[in-house]
Amino acid sequence: MRRLALIIIPYAWLLALFLVPFIIVLKISLSDTALSIPPYTPTLDFSAGWVGIKDFFGNLDFENFEFLTTDDLYWKAYLSSLKIAFVATVLTLLVGYPIAYGMANAPDHWRPTLMMLIILPFWTSFLIRVYSWMGILSNEGYLNQLLLSLGVISEPLTILNTNTAVYIGIVYTYLPFMILPIYSALERLDASLLEAAEDLGCSRFTAFWLVTIPLSKSGIIAGCFLVFIPTLGEFVIPSLLGGSKTLMIGKVLWEEFFNNRDWPVASAVAVILLLILIVPIILFQRNEQKQREAEG
Amino acid sequence: MGQTIFEPWNDPSAKPLIQFKNVTKKFGDFVAIDNQTFDIYAQEFFALLGPSGCGKTTMMRMLAGFETPTEGTILLGGEDIAPIPPNKRAVNMMFQSYALFPHLSVWENIAFGLKRDSMPKPDIEARVAEMLKLTRLEQFAKRKPHQISGGQRQRVALARSLAKAPKLLLLDEPLGALDAKLRQDTQFELMDIQEKTGTTFVIVTHDQEEAMTVASRVAVMDDGRIIQVDTPARIYESPNSVYVADFIGDVTILSGTATPRDDGYDIAFAEGQPPLRSKSDTRLDKGQACHLAIRPEKVSITAEKPVDAANAMQGKILDIAYLGNLSTYHVQLPNGQIIKAQTANTRRLSRRSFTWEDDVWLSWTDTAGVLLAG
Repeated sequence: MRRLALIIIPYAWLLALFLVPFIIVLKISLSDTALSIPPYTPTLDFSAGWVGIKDFFGNLDFENFEFLTTDDLYWKAYLSSLKIAFVATVLTLLVGYPIAYGMANAPDHWRPTLMMLIILPFWTSFLIRVYSWMGILSNEGYLNQLLLSLGVISEPLTILNTNTAVYIGIVYTYLPFMILPIYSALERLDASLLEAAEDLGCSRFTAFWLVTIPLSKSGIIAGCFLVFIPTLGEFVIPSLLGGSKTLMIGKVLWEEFFNNRDWPVASAVAVILLLILIVPIILFQRNEQKQREAEG
Repeated sequence: MGQTIFEPWNDPSAKPLIQFKNVTKKFGDFVAIDNQTFDIYAQEFFALLGPSGCGKTTMMRMLAGFETPTEGTILLGGEDIAPIPPNKRAVNMMFQSYALFPHLSVWENIAFGLKRDSMPKPDIEARVAEMLKLTRLEQFAKRKPHQISGGQRQRVALARSLAKAPKLLLLDEPLGALDAKLRQDTQFELMDIQEKTGTTFVIVTHDQEEAMTVASRVAVMDDGRIIQVDTPARIYESPNSVYVADFIGDVTILSGTATPRDDGYDIAFAEGQPPLRSKSDTRLDKGQACHLAIRPEKVSITAEKPVDAANAMQGKILDIAYLGNLSTYHVQLPNGQIIKAQTANTRRLSRRSFTWEDDVWLSWTDTAGVLLAG
């Protein structure tokens, strides 16, 4: 009985805050647009009794999903989002792993400071930090000024409003999510394992490749999912730093909702996005579970 | 069938496998190893014994290549090993934590070092199979380290470090994580494997019983220095210092002043007690301070005063430590000095002859104690 009471709270939470909103979105995605408030039909009318409920379900259809397949904008946006999320995740890993490795191998008394430096950016609003990148990356921005004054370039580089700027923004924003799980995996690594590998004939590099990398695998996987999953639906970074050519599903979704006021199609886009995300989320959960089992 | 006694250290023509020559190791201002010179011979089972922080682990890590001497040289087979990195040394180490790779199976752990040598695959398989058989791990080959018991893990670590057939195997507190009963069995297993493979073993331990059991020679260390290197029997019976006598086994140390008489010494150690009588080769001057170290099992305990005993004194039983096979009596002399005496419990406890507060006589021969200059 007490077990049940204990379990019921998180489940009620999930039900109220995840499942119910999802069902609402799913329902809207099956509706049609209408010039009304809310801007779609049908709406569930309990006052009409059983007939009303039957009418309601009769009016739901998959039209919006069919519409998504007719316009290639949507699948291109999904594909482009997947590509950008994937490349950005790899870039974040390449930048984040050395940082995490450096932190894990830093002297003990330095670690809290380094950890603080990683977390510190969270104290400023995410939006402001992305805006400040506009100031850095624009044609008259700090980066171009610096490079021009050093004589590295003779003409300003166009970075802002390109995919490069989006990658920079994503790597910058999600770096802590990559560093922290990798750091925690590397920190747990027993130094004697590396000594054992060396003792058995490994060079420093092969020891790193054969011992450090496999044993930080769970951290790498966790970090990659923590970056990939939110990046896939990212809206703010591509809309502020990206150009007109940057096609990401988050932006499409926003435009459907707020520019076109087509809630049903926007909801359909969101439902498909969720279905795409379910695969990596399940893989992520399985990785976590395996990790817990391995640690016994 | 005569068996040649393995004592290369007594053979001046024998060439040592490892030579420490004036080796000093400093960490900043801290002197971990203080100008040490000693030899280890091939096929020896050599124990470095001492309390934690005495430098024994540093000594071993210098052999493995994880530390380099600040001064002096270490020779392995006549060659200075200082410039050779750990991955190129014919030395393998069994780590205190075992350091098994958790992501690899038992088989892959044992094969790890062999693969680094680019050994042909069939040879690796043969060698790993041989190691699995030696350590009786055949049925666990596919398991991961977290799926086997502590004792099995210890054997995997041993198999892994032996797989490359090193000239020298280093064992860092190899049995520290095992419980007492398993530790005893494993000690004999280690000796057996050492004999079978003919590998030179250097073991680091703080457990004197373990060192005594497994080693051909024991080096007792304290504060960065080796105090005595000798066979377990000589370490026990002829310690060269109060430190060694006190560190190894149970002992009573009586301090006094020596007076030479005939072929030994009279030692005045307490007011109102007759002097102790000890025969010894130790050279002492008249009136020189000295210590007599006497093992409890060499002290007889009797109800009546023994006749013809070289040393006899009366005391009162203060404490009895019952160890099952043995009982140790703490007997207090009238001046407060406590002397330990041990008897084997060859009879059942119910027929024990002495109990607390009994007045008893302690006695020992004139050769029972070890006389050490103070």
